[in-house]
Amino acid sequence: MHTALVLTLVIPLVGAALIASAHNQPNLRESVTLVTSVLLFMVVLYVLGQGGSSAEVLLATPFPGLDLSLSTEPLGLLFATVASGLWIITSIYSIGYMRGNNEQNQTRFYVFFAVSIAAALGIALSANVFTLFVFYEVLTLSTYPLVTHKGTEEARRGGRVYLGILLSTSIGFFLVAIVWTWNAAGHLDFTDGGILKGHIEPAFLPLLLALYLFGIGKAALMPFHRWLPAAMVAPTPVSALLHAVAVVKAGVFSVLKITVYVFGIEFLYETGANRWMMWVAATTVILASLVALTKDNLKARLAYSTVSQLSYIVLGAMLVNSVAVVGAGMHIATHALGKITLFFCAGAIYVATHKTEISDMDGLGRTMPITYTAMLIGCLSVIGLPPTGGMWSKWYLALGALNADQWLMLAVLMLSTLLNVAYLLPIPIRGFLYGDKSTNAAGKTINEAPIPSLLALSFTAAGCIVAFFYAQPLYHLMAGIFEH
Amino acid sequence: MISTHLPVLQVAIPLLAAPACVVFRQATVTWLLALSVSCISLLISISLLWQAFTTGEIRYELGGWAAPWGIEYKVDVVNAFVLVIVSGMSSVVLVYARESLQHELGIRRIHLVYTGWLLCLTGLLGITVTGDAFNVFVFLEISSLSSYLLIGLGPDRRALTAAFQYLVMGTIGATFILIGIGLLYMMTGTLNMTDLSQRIPAVSHTTTIHAAFAFLALGIALKAAVFPLHYWLPNAYTYAPSAVTAFMAASATKVSIYLLLRFFFDIFSESFSLRTMRLNEILLITGVIAIFSMSLVAIYQQDIKRMLAYSSVAQVGYMVIGIGLASATGIMAAILHLFNHALMKGALFMALGCIFYRLKSLELNDLAGIGRTMPWTTAAFVVGGLSLIGVPLTVGFVSKWYLILATLERGWWWLAVLIVASSLLAVVYIWRVVEVAYFKPAQDTEVNEAPMSMLIPTWALIAANVYFGVNAQQTIRFAGRAAAELLGLP
Repeated sequence: MHTALVLTLVIPLVGAALIASAHNQPNLRESVTLVTSVLLFMVVLYVLGQGGSSAEVLLATPFPGLDLSLSTEPLGLLFATVASGLWIITSIYSIGYMRGNNEQNQTRFYVFFAVSIAAALGIALSANVFTLFVFYEVLTLSTYPLVTHKGTEEARRGGRVYLGILLSTSIGFFLVAIVWTWNAAGHLDFTDGGILKGHIEPAFLPLLLALYLFGIGKAALMPFHRWLPAAMVAPTPVSALLHAVAVVKAGVFSVLKITVYVFGIEFLYETGANRWMMWVAATTVILASLVALTKDNLKARLAYSTVSQLSYIVLGAMLVNSVAVVGAGMHIATHALGKITLFFCAGAIYVATHKTEISDMDGLGRTMPITYTAMLIGCLSVIGLPPTGGMWSKWYLALGALNADQWLMLAVLMLSTLLNVAYLLPIPIRGFLYGDKSTNAAGKTINEAPIPSLLALSFTAAGCIVAFFYAQPLYHLMAGIFEH
Repeated sequence: MISTHLPVLQVAIPLLAAPACVVFRQATVTWLLALSVSCISLLISISLLWQAFTTGEIRYELGGWAAPWGIEYKVDVVNAFVLVIVSGMSSVVLVYARESLQHELGIRRIHLVYTGWLLCLTGLLGITVTGDAFNVFVFLEISSLSSYLLIGLGPDRRALTAAFQYLVMGTIGATFILIGIGLLYMMTGTLNMTDLSQRIPAVSHTTTIHAAFAFLALGIALKAAVFPLHYWLPNAYTYAPSAVTAFMAASATKVSIYLLLRFFFDIFSESFSLRTMRLNEILLITGVIAIFSMSLVAIYQQDIKRMLAYSSVAQVGYMVIGIGLASATGIMAAILHLFNHALMKGALFMALGCIFYRLKSLELNDLAGIGRTMPWTTAAFVVGGLSLIGVPLTVGFVSKWYLILATLERGWWWLAVLIVASSLLAVVYIWRVVEVAYFKPAQDTEVNEAPMSMLIPTWALIAANVYFGVNAQQTIRFAGRAAAELLGLP
């Protein structure tokens, strides 16, 4: 068990080194990526299988009383499984995308990809806030070369916003919050029920909570969400895995974990410190959806959709009851599946046709049927309609809002669902129904993206549907947070 | 037997080796001599630090004359820690210096550099180790005069004016210190630091002591480049030879900060310095202005060596803020940052030296594409820069952590926020370089990586940046003890 935990960090890092050393043989390099990702997923599954037994591994003790250590708990296991599982699929997809597009610097791309995954797993399995912070910063820095991969002026500008916002929020707020917590509670270990109770004046609690929530810029709460659309200059596989799964989910995961294990939801409920931030999250949900409506660029629309969906999870955490937290945890997984599918589709369209604007995509569904079917499923899942997994997380979030007697929050959730419909469904509708029918009648040939990309997006789309029928394990895993 | 003489050997060996360099003249021989002397000093420093840490203060009577008649050397954890920083940085940079100096200055007068270097080392170690106030002034002059020489030898002719500027400012500083010491002697009749600290309280209400305090504070602040007395530093650092800049940035201002601590927390008691003279308020205000204004100025520099020089002034601001917090944690943070900043600035200036070695320029625009042509040097610069920013797992993070902790202990929210906000300015000026280095196409693709003899010491310091960032236990223990000794805590 201990070894397995260490291996979750070692495998991707060793993989990165091997990828770097195989830079002259693309086939070998990609095989290493695939083997590494599969190995990593197997190790994570093994750790998941050990579920109940919580082990703690001490990596280093930089300062007295401050450890760099790993341990397992349900939320972290969920995030680790999602990130490592989707890495395999993204690797397959990347091979098709990067080769199909003849991108340069592919080795650098795969190396930093592997390092980012190691950082994401470090975040997932961190045993205290300090460890989480360390890997959080590693993730920011290791994804910077991926965001700026193209090296153009636009990519550089995007990278500047990305790094600027993520570093300034994390150093400006998150770090201060951590030192404050340490100063108050005397330690930073994630503990059931939180560590702050009795150590801090309740009057200061909303401020500390705000420092954490805004400090975790990766959760993209407004007004610190600008980096996410800016990061869309990255190649699509990066947007797919990092900005639908690893980076953004690392953010909301940190929010959930800190809410549950540092503040403790009961303590927050008693003091009512959550109110303000709940409204911030609700506002972000609605505003980001409205912005998404105005975007014609497919990836930009998806980016704002992500900003909105992330705040669902923050909202779930801020409703401070167990049902909402379970819903928020489930939303990490279901939104990841749905959104990665949508990004894969966006990338597939780009590789096949080099189109990026939604208004140019009329009728594409007829020439790219597989991609557009997957896109439809992804849209349904993000909206939260059956038969997709997205429904369940939204269900529990709504239930959580009811449990907390927050009728307005329920209204926010419902309104945003309508907005989701309004900005997502037009994409497949235009693809299938609009456009010049005659081109189709003339028997225009099917023009899909490369096979690896198609495989990947079909797989995640299927995953969305499977998650609808087999949501039980997910629910039980999340409910495990409150079993103690 | 010889171990009892370690404190004086620390100073005597480099002092004797310096004229030997002029005798030998031959480049390699003098380099080897300087390097081995510096390494011996490092070993002595480490053993002194260990002795001071385990068995307590070491007192050494020079020539067997008992204090207060003779000069006394006094080693405790505070100055032993500084000794290790100075001699350690000197050794690492000397390994690097040979190739760098010969390339920048030619071989003809290279022995003068090593002579100056050893004298400067003598002075810095002497200031640190001595327990006699007048002796401080003597060593201060030795180190200052030799550093004017070192700066003036710089490859650019502007080095001469930079050295002259430093000469004028440095002399004012040293004179102020001398006047301060003279006034103290007038009132107490002693120059021994321990005796001074015992006799000052009885006369501390007098204007003379107040004047002495003011002269000393200004003089030391000038030498330490505390904002707004930093005027000499940017030019001096910019035009000095690369290796000299790396050495000076990592040691000279650090020793002055040590003097600040020694004089105002040990000789004048902390209650006199802080409550009566309210030094901490001045330090806090100038420190805060320094970290913002100097970082902002750094952002607008085109010459990246000058950019790092301004950054150094800003970093002195962090140390000054730590001291101004006047708590055990604050002073510990300042002492930690002495060490950590020596590591990061040393490494960064060495990386710049590597770049200059190949490109003959440090203008930002000329650095285009070096990420590809000089991957190892650029990577070293990036890691050093991350450390300067204060990213976790580097030493910069350790300093920042304790500095923030110290402000929070006082309940000074605004200060914690200001400190982190200013460190974001470091992101801006470091990232300007990163973008040019990696994203702009190289102008000259023929440029190669710097020679191994320069890369290895640079990377050794970078490795130290990471090592002491991941395992800061030891440095924290020494810094914590040093702070406790200064404040007279158990």
